[in-house]
Amino acid sequence: MRPDIVRVLQPIVIIAVSLVVVWLLLGGTQQFMNFLTLGAIYALIALGYTMVYGIIELINFAHGDLFMFGAFVAMWILTVPLGMTGAVDNPLQLTVILVVVMLPTMIVMGLLGTFIERFAYRPLRHAPRLAPLITAIGVSFILQNVIYSVFGPSPVNVPQVFPLTRFEFLGGRVSFLSLFMVAIAVFLMVLLQLFVGRTRLGRAMRSTAQDREAAELMGVDINQTIAITFFIAAALAGAGGTIQGLYFGSVQFNLGFFVGLKAFTAAVLGGIGNTTGAALGGFVIAFIEVFATQLGYSRWSEVAVFTVLILVLVFRPSGILGQQLGERA
Amino acid sequence: MSAATADPGNGTILRAHRVTKAFGGLVAVKEVDLEIPPTSIVSLIGPNGAGKTTFFNVIAGILDPTSGHVEFRGDRMIARPIRTWFEPVVWVTPSVVAGVISVLVYLATANADATALAVLAAIGLLIVMFLAAIVRPRWYLRLLATAGVFRSSRPNDMVKAGMGRTFQNIRLFANMTALENVQVGMHTKMRANAADALLSTPRARAEEKASQARAREFLGIVGLRGRAGELAKNLPYGDQRRLELARALASEPTLLLLDEPTAGMNPRETAQMTQLIDRLRRDLGISILLIEHDMKVVMGISDRIYVLDHGELISQGSPDAVRADPRVIEAYLGKPAS
Repeated sequence: MRPDIVRVLQPIVIIAVSLVVVWLLLGGTQQFMNFLTLGAIYALIALGYTMVYGIIELINFAHGDLFMFGAFVAMWILTVPLGMTGAVDNPLQLTVILVVVMLPTMIVMGLLGTFIERFAYRPLRHAPRLAPLITAIGVSFILQNVIYSVFGPSPVNVPQVFPLTRFEFLGGRVSFLSLFMVAIAVFLMVLLQLFVGRTRLGRAMRSTAQDREAAELMGVDINQTIAITFFIAAALAGAGGTIQGLYFGSVQFNLGFFVGLKAFTAAVLGGIGNTTGAALGGFVIAFIEVFATQLGYSRWSEVAVFTVLILVLVFRPSGILGQQLGERA
Repeated sequence: MSAATADPGNGTILRAHRVTKAFGGLVAVKEVDLEIPPTSIVSLIGPNGAGKTTFFNVIAGILDPTSGHVEFRGDRMIARPIRTWFEPVVWVTPSVVAGVISVLVYLATANADATALAVLAAIGLLIVMFLAAIVRPRWYLRLLATAGVFRSSRPNDMVKAGMGRTFQNIRLFANMTALENVQVGMHTKMRANAADALLSTPRARAEEKASQARAREFLGIVGLRGRAGELAKNLPYGDQRRLELARALASEPTLLLLDEPTAGMNPRETAQMTQLIDRLRRDLGISILLIEHDMKVVMGISDRIYVLDHGELISQGSPDAVRADPRVIEAYLGKPAS
């Protein structure tokens, strides 16, 4: 009984303590909420990088652009079919709107992800590893240019459906929007952990990541498993995109590049192939960025992020959480 | 999907008919016949390099024979899906047909609305076919099989058809627990899909629970009852071998292929494993094909032994007959210096 309690409590205590430390370092609630929202976005995207890498050892450079694409899909749903222009005050109505935006965005992105896998990556599964990598860069360009040609080069506004009500919390003002977004992101991440850890298809994913051939010979349908992985990865990117659009208020066709690069850094930092590590990495990167801004070096925040990437690659290439999901037997 | 369900009349589980496998000019297996009756232990032995593994891979459906064929439960197996390029064609065709029809509709009626509807239908059809390929590959494969383009012994189809196997070098999922490894083996026996998993339906939860109980049973059969929660990589070597066996059993095979199950084991472990294999055949009523280079292992438990050397079948029969066969002695010990 006792070790069980310790096992459950230990991570909770660690998370709580580090959150308090981060809160203190960031000098209060305002920046802390920025950190949480940014961290949630990075974590959602980093999960996609890490899952795809874990299962087919491909660094999916198109993943950042899937995130961008998702942001545009969410923006489009808000603007065109829903016809939103301003804030919605009725909380019930707001919730319905969020569901109607986020769920279809995730489904559409998931389908797009599987579609890309089916036609761009699957034919190259037995090709040298450089080939799918280049293909991924190509897919990234395609996605960017599709959005470019439809929505043009300039930033597009996302209707701000959240009322700007804030409430005081520990000496800072917190908007419902950011709380809500963080809650959704954490919910999705928990859902993913449960899916990967406790279900038949999650087991199939992990076994495929560890030894594809053996998994196949045990009856796992590899193609289906990889397709599901891409679906989930892209759907999470879609969720991240929705949050990004609602939080920052505008989206642009080249949005995916930098965010994608940072999320990739997060995935490497956490230990690529490791889902918990990716989520952790996302928040670490967000912390570095917000902290740099807090210290008054906002223009150096990206330098800081990529310095961390280099340091990790040099000193601990396997990432914070070391052991990889895709470790070979 | 040729490896289907029905047994042939005489009950033979697997029959290899004049199987030859050549890699370029090298003939690894030459015109080998083999038959596995129900609930029997058949062994395939031969010195290193005799072509055992190649033959094993042909039987397991991983390699296609250069000539000859393998029948598993009455169906011929083909490893490479025929005409894979045809696959996209099959699911694009309905939409193309719908598109052509929509053009015809337009020409006939000049009604823009009707045409738009038909075009939408074509796109819809394309999406449905695509979804079917992803979400319900089995329906999709059946459709392809009906269209006559797709027959395969893809490894996961073979498992569904009732063939389980272990590996010569242990290939467990090292970072998963013993229990999870066995559950992966049960993959084809479980039905929960993505929707079940996301919604955590009662059906999926019940199935998950049942699968855990069942996996524990299989661990019990191989004598690993107490080690369910341990990571596979932390188990001692002999236990890893047993776990592999449990994982293969979890797919409830009719035929179990064991590739050198005692490789690297000490004499005591070897004796235990041999007993275990014998017990499996008796208790579970399955057939077992055993590949070994060590004659001692197979003598006690085999019903029938096939001996390969240099890719050719040099002897076959009961253990006693094989043991006495001068050609077998020669292959194993070399020519007597006469």
